[in-house]
Amino acid sequence: MSDEQSDRLSRRTFIVAAGVSAMTVPLGSAAAAQAPELSVSGPQANSVTLTINGAAHRMTIEPRVTLLDAIRDHAGLTGTKKGCDQGTCGACTVMVNGRRIDSCLTLAVMHQEDAITTIEGIANGEKLHPVQAAFIEYDGFQCGFCTPGQIVSAVAMLAEGHALDDQTVRTQMSGNICRCGCYPHIVEAILAAGKPA
Amino acid sequence: MNPFAFTRADSIATALSTMQRSPNARFIAGGTNILDLMKDDVERPPLLVDINALGLRTIEQRPGGIYIGALARMSDIAAHPLVRSAFPVIAVALEESASPQLRNMASIGGNVMQRTRCPYFRDTATPCNKRQPGSGCGAIAGVNRMQAVLGTSDHCIATHASDVAVAFTALDAVLHIAHPGGTREVPIGEFYSEPGRTPQIENALGRGELIVGIMVPMLNFGAQSTYLKARDRAQYEFALASAAVALDRHGGMVRGARIALGGVGTRPWRSRAAEAALVGAPATRESYQRAAEVAVRGARGYGQNDFKIPLAKRVVVRALEMVSA
Repeated sequence: MSDEQSDRLSRRTFIVAAGVSAMTVPLGSAAAAQAPELSVSGPQANSVTLTINGAAHRMTIEPRVTLLDAIRDHAGLTGTKKGCDQGTCGACTVMVNGRRIDSCLTLAVMHQEDAITTIEGIANGEKLHPVQAAFIEYDGFQCGFCTPGQIVSAVAMLAEGHALDDQTVRTQMSGNICRCGCYPHIVEAILAAGKPA
Repeated sequence: MNPFAFTRADSIATALSTMQRSPNARFIAGGTNILDLMKDDVERPPLLVDINALGLRTIEQRPGGIYIGALARMSDIAAHPLVRSAFPVIAVALEESASPQLRNMASIGGNVMQRTRCPYFRDTATPCNKRQPGSGCGAIAGVNRMQAVLGTSDHCIATHASDVAVAFTALDAVLHIAHPGGTREVPIGEFYSEPGRTPQIENALGRGELIVGIMVPMLNFGAQSTYLKARDRAQYEFALASAAVALDRHGGMVRGARIALGGVGTRPWRSRAAEAALVGAPATRESYQRAAEVAVRGARGYGQNDFKIPLAKRVVVRALEMVSA
């Protein structure tokens, strides 16, 4: 991105649009079937709309903007963290259509038809999600940087329906690294949150 | 990442024709490998063609085997009852790969096309014949603990990184590849190439071709199969040495065997000689040890990775014992 383009874009502002906007690349149209030439967007910035935690966020971004950067810098939802930016730490974990993914290794432009859930969308209003409450009760963090990713990953992991024992939780949470080493408490918190009420 | 343009293919035909017009473009499915390489400046495509709208996610029984669409995600394949019952080796290889998040993203077509994790390939400040032909190999006399010991050349010793491709290789899977004139089928054993003097050529996929599916032919002892992976930590790590094995035993004797190694080869490493050494032999640890010796025949260490040769043998023996239990 050139400095000029960078200046034009306000990284921390966003517009909440009421509906789902038209896609930047018209696809699947009858015209495309007749003429195999596809519409191309970029490399310059285009209008993209993401549905994050049920709200539409319209932004003007280049194709190279990752979902992580779109969430943080363009939708302004900074709970999702950038750790390694190469898919090895899990700090950027979000759910796309209910499945946990690393948002640093996918492009925002690819997710305009998806339901994205970030850490900001986990609680029910002021009422914490059971996994959030359990992380507090069991002290499942120290510095807190990996915690949003840990919690989103744990919420998705519990929905996947794995056996709830220490070893399975450790295996299924292996995509989330905690450099403070709070794993014993993280595992305890997830086991507690996953127990039937 | 360098700037690039983006488009979304609405059919296999448009995906292929876009590649014809823009030969330096790249397909993107899960994105976990291509975006990582683009961030490292190893890949600099001017255009990405998103193929996720093509469907190609089916996992189904077909006459002669199980067909897996190229865009099926690793997690979906690992969880599929057909795969788990007919070919546990595929399910285990997938579950032992990457992390839950990455398995939800990565397509199986992308997995078999993934590039090596060799640190010299991924660091544009260092020489690498695979990334920049003729620049040399930093690994041979450099940090080579993770590098290959089988199928290497004086030009490249980079390890093939995929786990599930090792399982597919043991199972004689067939890649279905779309090209502008139709579809062709390539046995996975003929798909990957050793580096030789041309490490930049890694497989038989032509520019403008697209893997659309993988057929795994039925194997009557496919249910007696597993994947064992030795690595530096318990999860979420690439293999130091791994083995995909299937074993058919009858009356204490081995009637059929499949053995392929991972983490040690420049491509997924099938050993038909080791299989032949097992067939007709008693199903014992001693037979497995003899087969393991055959499996690593011709292996060459480069110093730091010498340990992979005895490790690979132990992994083969242990894996065969696991399916014998």
